[in-house]
Amino acid sequence: MTEPLLQARGLVRRYRGTTALDDVSLQLRAGERLAVVGESGSGKSTLARLLLALDTPDAGTVALDGRPVRPGSPRSLRWFRRRVQTVPQDPGRSFNPRMRVGEAVAEPLACLQVHGDHTARVAELLVAVGLEPDAAHRWPHEFSGGQRQRLAVARALAPRPDVLVADEPVSALDVVVRLQVVDLLARLSAAEGLALVVVSHDLGVVQRLCERVLVLDAGRVVEQGPVGQVFTAPRSEVTGRLLDAVPVLDPVTA
Amino acid sequence: MLRVHDLSVVLPGRGRPGRRLLDGVSFDLAAGERVGVVGSSGAGKSQLVAALLGLTPPGPAVSGSVLVEGTEVVGAGPATWRPLRGRATALVAQDPGTALDPLTRVGRQVGLPLRARGVGRAEAARRAAALLAEVGPPGTARRFPGQLSGGQRQRVALALALVGGPRLLVADEPTSALDPTVQAGVLDLLDRVTGPGRAGLLLVTHDLAVAARLCSRLLVLDAGRLVADAPVADVLADPRLADVVTAARELAVTR
Repeated sequence: MTEPLLQARGLVRRYRGTTALDDVSLQLRAGERLAVVGESGSGKSTLARLLLALDTPDAGTVALDGRPVRPGSPRSLRWFRRRVQTVPQDPGRSFNPRMRVGEAVAEPLACLQVHGDHTARVAELLVAVGLEPDAAHRWPHEFSGGQRQRLAVARALAPRPDVLVADEPVSALDVVVRLQVVDLLARLSAAEGLALVVVSHDLGVVQRLCERVLVLDAGRVVEQGPVGQVFTAPRSEVTGRLLDAVPVLDPVTA
Repeated sequence: MLRVHDLSVVLPGRGRPGRRLLDGVSFDLAAGERVGVVGSSGAGKSQLVAALLGLTPPGPAVSGSVLVEGTEVVGAGPATWRPLRGRATALVAQDPGTALDPLTRVGRQVGLPLRARGVGRAEAARRAAALLAEVGPPGTARRFPGQLSGGQRQRVALALALVGGPRLLVADEPTSALDPTVQAGVLDLLDRVTGPGRAGLLLVTHDLAVAARLCSRLLVLDAGRLVADAPVADVLADPRLADVVTAARELAVTR
């Protein structure tokens, strides 16, 4: 067994009387793809924010390779941000409309003081996410939602992170593009040994993309395990309810 | 109920031909019928909703004909719409976060359409409370929108649309922001309040499974054109939609 890459222990987060997250622990190994599912308000997004050191837990720790991390100055977090990146939910709002795409994708390289030829790295990233290298000279509004989400993936991958934490990375996309971006993430994860933490309410996406799933209910982990096992024989009532609620296409066509 | 003929929405083109956001769309919707509108992003789904309900923002030119219970509404002003809005047609928008007034308690807000047509304060409050009790947990009426979750807000938005007893409910992606269990609750609610003998439903969604759950007929939009108008099973078998149906199957949950 290899040591966990990203580890959360006993995370608690309270907001004005409500406990959003209640003693949550998780381990993510290098290259592993973990999904976090649960109903609205179960603490999924709070967990993602804590894992990204965007918020301070009331108790518990997040550690990368055994080194604890807490929100702090950009300088104090530089080591962490080089290795743990995020893909935002809404590709329509996550790009500066007045910054050319190449500059936007290169921004983390500049902010995080990553050495090397940034222009070449951007061209390489654009190709990796299935866009033309000359996309770098265009503006965000010239791209569709799906293309912008590919750009967001390229930007997140720029500093060669070990972990990508993504809160609903494909829920704003229509189904054809959603499948493309899911398969892109799976391919990049396999090719670069990139670990993923994907928060999603779309269980089909979870099934296609992730190996392991963690189910939250009212801020607590109620179930975790391999996706196949949890989806076939859910042990918790919450998981069963989530699975039963997914509308299915095929009884109609059958 | 609704008769749409050659409906187009065209952006002004400054001398050149303008971009057609919606291009010659024609279809009918009978009373109590439930019809889904599907298509990828940018296909014109939301443009169609806006044009049908007189909500196209200033700029694009709307042409063609939309008859709502026999009344022509293309180019119609507020006077034409006033007796129709909330009674003939009602809209549930995509984002429940922005559809509600954050500073008004939910119960009062849902009663406002009734107050606007002269229903007394107590009666409006009673009917709003009854409707909210049906869609949400107890105590919802006393709360402000900010105190509700996304799913609860969407149910309140649905109550707000239903309070006037509309004969056609137009729902634009009413569940795409919701998780599966909350989505199932909202779909069950839509199932109860629409259908033969009740309100008709025009359901805009990019999720074929959601459309198939409620609708008997699907309209398929592609690049502003209506490319299919047929029973659900026929549309799912249509080769022109193979990529969408395949992707939906690939991303379906198997157990």
